[in-house]
Amino acid sequence: MTVRRLAEKQPPSFAFTPENLEWAKARMEKYPPGRQQSAVIPVLWKAQEQCGGWLPQKAMETTAELLAMPKIRVLEVATFYTMFNLSPVGKFHVQLCGTTPCVLRGADELKKVCRKMIGDQDHVTNDGLFSWTEVECLGACVNAPMVQINYDYYEDLTADSFSRILNDMSVGKTPKPGPQVDRLNSAPIGGQTTLLDKA
Amino acid sequence: MLADKDRIFKNLYGQGDWGLEGARARGAWDGTKAIIEKGRDGIINEMKASGQRGRGGAGFPTGLKWSFMPKQPGERPQYLVINADESEPGTCKDREVMRNDPHLLVEGCLIASFAMGANHCYIYVRGEFIRERERLEAAVQQAYDAKLIGKNNIHGWDFDLVVHHGAGAYICGEETALLESLEGKKGQPRLKPPFPANVGLYGCPTTVNNVETIAQVPDIMRRGAAWFAGIGRHNNSGTKLYCISGHVERPCNVEENMGIPLRELIERHAGGVRGGWDNLLAVIPGGSSMPLVPAGPDQCDTLLMDFDGCRDKKSALGTAAVIVMDKSADIVKAMARISYFYKHESCGQCTPCREGMGWMWRVLERMAVGHAQKREIDMLMEVTTQIEGHTICAFGDGAAWPVQGLLRHFRPEIERRIDEYTRNAQPDAAAVAAE
Repeated sequence: MTVRRLAEKQPPSFAFTPENLEWAKARMEKYPPGRQQSAVIPVLWKAQEQCGGWLPQKAMETTAELLAMPKIRVLEVATFYTMFNLSPVGKFHVQLCGTTPCVLRGADELKKVCRKMIGDQDHVTNDGLFSWTEVECLGACVNAPMVQINYDYYEDLTADSFSRILNDMSVGKTPKPGPQVDRLNSAPIGGQTTLLDKA
Repeated sequence: MLADKDRIFKNLYGQGDWGLEGARARGAWDGTKAIIEKGRDGIINEMKASGQRGRGGAGFPTGLKWSFMPKQPGERPQYLVINADESEPGTCKDREVMRNDPHLLVEGCLIASFAMGANHCYIYVRGEFIRERERLEAAVQQAYDAKLIGKNNIHGWDFDLVVHHGAGAYICGEETALLESLEGKKGQPRLKPPFPANVGLYGCPTTVNNVETIAQVPDIMRRGAAWFAGIGRHNNSGTKLYCISGHVERPCNVEENMGIPLRELIERHAGGVRGGWDNLLAVIPGGSSMPLVPAGPDQCDTLLMDFDGCRDKKSALGTAAVIVMDKSADIVKAMARISYFYKHESCGQCTPCREGMGWMWRVLERMAVGHAQKREIDMLMEVTTQIEGHTICAFGDGAAWPVQGLLRHFRPEIERRIDEYTRNAQPDAAAVAAE
């Protein structure tokens, strides 16, 4: 269990943009009649996108109204699922995998990079560009150690390549996601050992 | 070694086209209508004959699971739900299926749904897999556009497929928690019975299957149960995606036959253990919830990677995610980190789990530096048995087993650390602190 609380400083209001509202209504249609509550996670996720990566209380309340749910039920969901950020994050939010398979391959070195270049965990840099947090297994263990920055996975990292990625982002470049060494996705470095027959 | 022609996931590494054309070239969507025409019983009997057991961790026979669904459709609709909430530390196989071979999954969903009389299927993808979800949604759209699925499709079974997603909760990989989450609630497991086959999603009969399980179905149906059953050992048939991570030279995912010896798996595909086989300390053979297996002639040297092979070593195949640790690994610290994972991910519903996870983690952190009493080792073992089997879902078991595995095999190491800590303690530390 993790203790998660809403941020103290909250914006006074929230409204979905027309496109997002339309998107949310289409999403609700994907579930049987009367089961629109099923859309709560996707709709909250959309709200978080709209708010720049975090979820204010007003967005939860608007979502509750849209889905005809009691507010407390939406609040429960938002605090239960850890991908909902309850306070503001940087433009580039780094989620660093710190579970054992990544630790075995050097996740602790990446943490040092984060502390040096970004600062403390769950703290946004003064320019608003970066924040980082340690998360549990992101499911890319054969490409460890790795981080997720916004939507993309950056895999097979070293302290050097990770620093380079953060530097590139800070000057507006878009580093290539995926493995940062010479390999094809989850194939072994040096080439595949299987699927070599040209059938 | 498994021949390439016997592999199911031919685009495992994304070396080819993931889309419909590429998938068709690899054999997907070939003769799907003929498979459907075998009828519900025909498909279920074929699945039973193939001996396929669920690839998500528990290893329950797939055909049998499908047969629990009501035969005569009642007033309630029936659902198939695909568990793509892949979060078990060490496991990263379903991700490859979703992003590189999504059509196998889509086709499998259609066949499985037909076999259990379901017209609706939801795929629950873990929230972090955003790119994988986009890929899967694109594949589903391709299938709709080609009239392979949807209303009035060319296969003659009305079928709707929706890709849903979570938002970062490991517990949603537990099937009833997944259903709760899909209904728009906190992902807290339900008491069983009733089982989902009677009361599942929205109170309707539901079957929950793993991604890899379902993605294997079209090939099993096309090539026949005998082909699948002929690979691997009796009761452990077929091929399996293995994820080899940790201290190996070249970590990778690979599809191999069930029952492949651990050593062969690691040395053939992952370049061997760092520093050679003799440098091996232990492996976790099936994702972090399973007990570790230490190096040694009766242990890792002779470990066969299938359900029975892992059980013989007092562990389990789980998701077949092999986490390798060489002698440089701090085994107690590594297991303490796994305990922290469970502490973080406990849903908090059952007291033994909610309180026990943090307790185990704190004790293990102390043991990692030797700051503990030897009697606490037995106490920790006792506590794991008070968690195991005393919770609504298997999360409690999955968190207790790795700790039990550590204590079973590495007790001398923990005792050594305690001795060392005691030896290095300053006799008059209290006096120093007081000054």
